[in-house]
Amino acid sequence: MISIDVLVTQISGLSREDLEQWIQNDWVRPDDEAGGYSFREIDVARVRLILELRDELQVNEEALPVVLSLLDQLYDQRRRMRALSDALRRVVPEDVRQSLMRYVMELTP
Amino acid sequence: MEDPYKTLGVSRDASQDDIRRAYRKLAKKHHPDLNPGNAKSEDLFKSVSLANEILSDPDKRGRFDRGEIDATGQERAQQSSYRDYADGDTGHRYRRDGAEPGGWNAEDFEDIFGSMFNDGKRRGGRTAARRGRDESYRLATEFLDAVNGATRRLTLPDGRTLDVKIPPGTSDAQVMRLRGQGGAGSNGGPAGDALIEIQVKPHGFFKRDGQTIRLELPVSVAEAVLGGPVEVPTPGGPVRMRIPPHSDSGTELRLRGRGVPAHGDLPAGDLYATLRVTVGTVDAALETFLRGWTPEHPTDPRHKMETVP
Repeated sequence: MISIDVLVTQISGLSREDLEQWIQNDWVRPDDEAGGYSFREIDVARVRLILELRDELQVNEEALPVVLSLLDQLYDQRRRMRALSDALRRVVPEDVRQSLMRYVMELTP
Repeated sequence: MEDPYKTLGVSRDASQDDIRRAYRKLAKKHHPDLNPGNAKSEDLFKSVSLANEILSDPDKRGRFDRGEIDATGQERAQQSSYRDYADGDTGHRYRRDGAEPGGWNAEDFEDIFGSMFNDGKRRGGRTAARRGRDESYRLATEFLDAVNGATRRLTLPDGRTLDVKIPPGTSDAQVMRLRGQGGAGSNGGPAGDALIEIQVKPHGFFKRDGQTIRLELPVSVAEAVLGGPVEVPTPGGPVRMRIPPHSDSGTELRLRGRGVPAHGDLPAGDLYATLRVTVGTVDAALETFLRGWTPEHPTDPRHKMETVP
């Protein structure tokens, strides 16, 4: 957990003003505590990601919410898929999993 | 260790050809065999080679550009990427529909399980070609149409019409498959088939038993006693038949080949007419004759029914 002051000094190329705007936009969601924002590891990684998208991959501010929304949906699905496969591994017997696998592979062109 | 781009004197967006040219030029200049004893050249050559090793390989160059390896080609301690967090449970913090602390709820899986347990329509995406569904229909058919064959038009629920060719000798509950007339396929898959169950309506006087047709043929007393030609209905139209003299109710007469017409490997069946003598309207002459008539061979028509009282 780090504060906004530490974060802006830690990440080069990140302005405090930009970061505050991103929080306003709900692109970054740090914990909002009495003493100010507090960033977890995932928040820091997300700030880096947004910075990279904007500065290196040239995704402009207009397109950023679209890209972030798609990314969030992608990760939602990936987590969901993982939860599902965890559940399958625990609940479904091996032979049924094997035949599921075979069936899925037959469907895949 | 110096930046390999600077070592080769090329810009970061230099093409692979530019890099190869720059390397050859420097390598020629600093090659140790061409500069024997020149330690400085040797060092320069080493760093030029190293820079080339990284930049000439698009894969390594990409990894260097992304900061995954340093100028010596060594793996750089990797920073945790967003994916490392977003893929795990911590990722819930950035759920699409807003942060929700405690993991999953049932709705999260509804679409997955929904599609798992319905034969659901796929919502787009790159999916395998699927054959359309087979659709089942029933078609009520007149008895003679089923025996002789016919073409009947069937209107489907979606407004399409199908001309169903009912082959001769079709029996009740027989299912006909019309290829490609069922549900449409998806993703380039073929259409399913239309399965049409033929329901044969009963007939007023014909009965069918495989290839055989039976009917009960009413005849007059005179026709039964004296015999003579009568007209018998058959599935193929009326046929004249001679009733032998001294026939009786229950006499079975066969009309060869006048049953169900030949179809497939089956030869045409026969038609069996069972006579039923009908007295009809009696006139005075018949009454008078019977009163005065003494049978030469009296018989009791119920003799088989005699029981001990």
